[in-house]
Amino acid sequence: MTTTTPAVTTAILPPRRLIARTLGTPGAVAGSIILVLLVFGALFASLLSPFDPNATRVCPRLAAPSLTNFFGCDLFGRDIFSRILHGAQLSLAVGLLTVAISLIAGTIIGMVIAFLGGRVDRIGVRMLDVMLGFPAIVLAILIVAVLGVGAFNAALAVGISGIPRIARVIRSATLTLVGREYVDSARAVGASQTRILRRHLLPNLWPIVIVLGSLDLGTAILSTATLSFLGLGAQPPTAEWGAMLSAGREFMRYAPWTMIFPGLALFLAVMSVNLVGDRLSHVLDPRASGHV
Amino acid sequence: MSEAPLLAVENLSVAMGATPVLEDVSFQIAPGETLGLVGESGCGKSVTALSVMRLLPNPPGKFLGGRILFDGTDMLSLDIAALRAIRGDRIGMIFQEPMTSLNPVYTIGDQIGESLIVHRGMNGSAARTETAKLLDLVGIPAARNQLDRYPHELSGGQRQRVMIAIALACRPKLLIADEPTTALDVTVQAQILDLIGRLRVELGMAVLLITHDLGVVAEFCDRVAVMYAGRIVEEAPSAELFRNPRHRYTEALLHTMPAANPPGRKLPSISGTVPAPADRGAGCIFAARCRFAIPRCSTDLPPLTEPPHRLRCWNPA
Amino acid sequence: MPWFVRRVLGIVPTLFLTWTIVFGVLQLIPGDPVMLALGGTPASDEVLDNERRRLGLDQPVYIQYLTFLKKMAIGDLGNGYSSKQPVSEMIAARVRPSLELALGGLLVGILLGVALGIAAGLRPHGWIDTMTMSTALVGVSLPSFWIGMLLIYVFGLQLEWVPILGDGIDALILPSITIGLFLAGGLARLIRSALIETMTQDYIRTAHSKGLSAVRVVAKHAMRNAIIPPITLLGLQFAVLIGGAVVTERVFARAGLGSMLIDAVLTKDIPLVQGLVVYTTTAYIVINLLLELLYGIVDPRIRSRRA
Ligand SMILES: Nc1ncnc2c1ncn2[C@@H]1O[C@H](COP(=O)(O)OP(=O)(O)O)[C@@H](O)[C@H]1O
Ligand SMILES: [Mg+2]
Repeated sequence: MTTTTPAVTTAILPPRRLIARTLGTPGAVAGSIILVLLVFGALFASLLSPFDPNATRVCPRLAAPSLTNFFGCDLFGRDIFSRILHGAQLSLAVGLLTVAISLIAGTIIGMVIAFLGGRVDRIGVRMLDVMLGFPAIVLAILIVAVLGVGAFNAALAVGISGIPRIARVIRSATLTLVGREYVDSARAVGASQTRILRRHLLPNLWPIVIVLGSLDLGTAILSTATLSFLGLGAQPPTAEWGAMLSAGREFMRYAPWTMIFPGLALFLAVMSVNLVGDRLSHVLDPRASGHV
Repeated sequence: MSEAPLLAVENLSVAMGATPVLEDVSFQIAPGETLGLVGESGCGKSVTALSVMRLLPNPPGKFLGGRILFDGTDMLSLDIAALRAIRGDRIGMIFQEPMTSLNPVYTIGDQIGESLIVHRGMNGSAARTETAKLLDLVGIPAARNQLDRYPHELSGGQRQRVMIAIALACRPKLLIADEPTTALDVTVQAQILDLIGRLRVELGMAVLLITHDLGVVAEFCDRVAVMYAGRIVEEAPSAELFRNPRHRYTEALLHTMPAANPPGRKLPSISGTVPAPADRGAGCIFAARCRFAIPRCSTDLPPLTEPPHRLRCWNPA
Repeated sequence: MPWFVRRVLGIVPTLFLTWTIVFGVLQLIPGDPVMLALGGTPASDEVLDNERRRLGLDQPVYIQYLTFLKKMAIGDLGNGYSSKQPVSEMIAARVRPSLELALGGLLVGILLGVALGIAAGLRPHGWIDTMTMSTALVGVSLPSFWIGMLLIYVFGLQLEWVPILGDGIDALILPSITIGLFLAGGLARLIRSALIETMTQDYIRTAHSKGLSAVRVVAKHAMRNAIIPPITLLGLQFAVLIGGAVVTERVFARAGLGSMLIDAVLTKDIPLVQGLVVYTTTAYIVINLLLELLYGIVDPRIRSRRA
């Protein structure tokens, strides 16, 4: 397991320049276009869907793609195109939730152990390292075993299993800040510990947090879809890409579209997020490149 | 020189990327002779040495012109197999950085013996016996059980001795030593130079000794070439050069020698810096730093005169 | 103390902490474990109490914890709820298919990753490099279960080149490729960057100055120095894989440790989940240790480093 510490950039670019710089490579432009389409599709899934994603028998079972059913139909006669649009909604929401869980908990834990230092830090780092010794998927499955299956629980499980890595990085970044002058002077004027953490450390950690989040979002979407594929996440009949792929597996001989399109959607979503995230991390911190 | 030279570099020009770093460099080394190549850091000494071995990294290194005749064959026209047969066998090389020039994951015995296996076709145990002799030769005592040691277990001076053993394994006709002592402690420097001096005589090799230390040159070299900004500006037998330095740059270099200055005082240095290639005019590149420059110096490039005392200066001492 | 003894002893606390976390996390499972053990069949209080005593669940938690540690240390993983078989035997029966798949995947990954990584690293920005690196970039976004299914569809169902079921060696081909493709991308990237970095080192120049062939310079002098990062990646991936390629086993309907873990979670067979996670994490830690010992063999500087 490697944990890298992105450099601490103290200033965030103004949003407009940030966007302009982020769009600086063909890959990032392609990623952004796909991502915008995806977000648009997810936001307006209900309007754009020709059919109710869960309505059965809207078309013949396992019907091939056609002008009415762009991506064909599944075993229950549901429209795959409509289900994929609604799946986008779920995937993005679940991905964001997952990343939020890792980031919020990881940042708090990392900041606090670094700030308190001493024995807390030593024991904390030791625990984090042990947690990092679990293969990520095993840790997530173990958590699902406790929480039970479901889309929300899968997000929780992937989110929690991502905490140690974030905490480790944030801890190192915080350590480089704790020795700085403004922290010392805040201490000198008697600022409370939580105030120092919130007002002096956190603002300086934002760029790193954003970099970590943008690099993790793609993985989060992929991991939660994986859990659903394994039957541990979203359950049928929920329109979710991983679950759709799992169902499509059995019928691919007769109806390959049942697995081609959900997989394609998942691939494009993860790739677009990765392309944009990778570029964003380059822009915010040239040193943190290439750790997806 | 009456004898056929072992190495003759003729009008060599080399660029690193778009930057010319060697221009019209010529010199010769006779069999058994030691030539010193001196000049400030960055003037192109290492590029010259690496060019002779065809070891310049490419990119960025590019040969723009000239010839490098070793024993009559042009190194620049050789294919890679012919080149490999010369490298390490007939020309040995030691580098400035003893700490990083040895491979950290192989024993020194392995690294020295490798040349013997590759060039002499020895088997492992013959190479081992010969390697132990080589270690004795370069003054690493109790050689046998040193063979299995790793570079990180040795001091800088010992590593440079190992490098010398590697370079000399096949008894080359020419040794190229690129600032072999610069990275070492002062006391160790003298030992390493003594070693090279002694082995040169014992093995009858020619040596191209690169240094920025004129004291070393005075002690070891038969002849000296002085380089400035990619050009040879003066070349003469050592005794002649020290007695009668003619180029203003050589003169300035001599004044920076410790022996030329009262002990305890800070050594003088040549004022100014070497101009970047982009800022060089048509004339002598030293003109900008030269106290004796005349108008012609900055407009016309002085030609290099003929041996025995070659000189590139319009207004010599 | 010799370096390797120090290393071996160093994993004891790690194992202890890891097992403790597994035990602790599984304590959090809601519901009465006795009910789960009985598979939810209604039972009288007396039956429940007997069962509870038999499983040691009537003891206070810390006693249960100490018993757990003691049993782990001697390799006793308890009995599964649904099968009533010893968990260690259940795991042992599934090790082989998972190991075969791990080795198959590793083989494909190494062949592909090493070849592409070296080709790319020796000519950075050449066409092989550009192609490999952009494919690898896109590849990290590919869901491996989708790739597996596409392989089945194309090579198994349409072209009928390879069987997709069964336990012969040819049924291993597609799943091995699925895993191998995934490994190869990361491996090629690592080998490339390690090689680029190594080829600029001074000792490579020394090797050339000895008149060695380009092949010898790369294969002997560069690779041994560039090999630690790729070995690490391969070792850790292998460690994950011998715990069961959860996803690939599912796609190809193979009965390995991975699919066993999923089934155990779905049926809430706590001892089996616990046993599998203990096995997997322990294997991971032990392989990590073996890797460190291997670094010591590859690089003498690591052997002599003081603790
Ligand atoms: N690998 C390289 N890439 C680019 N420029 C180089 C490289 N090596 C040397 N140079 C340039 O060539 C010139 C001569 O360098 P060098 O021969 O190393 O000087 P020195 O006389 O100190 O040995 C310098 O200007 C240096 O910047
Ligand atoms: Mg040099």
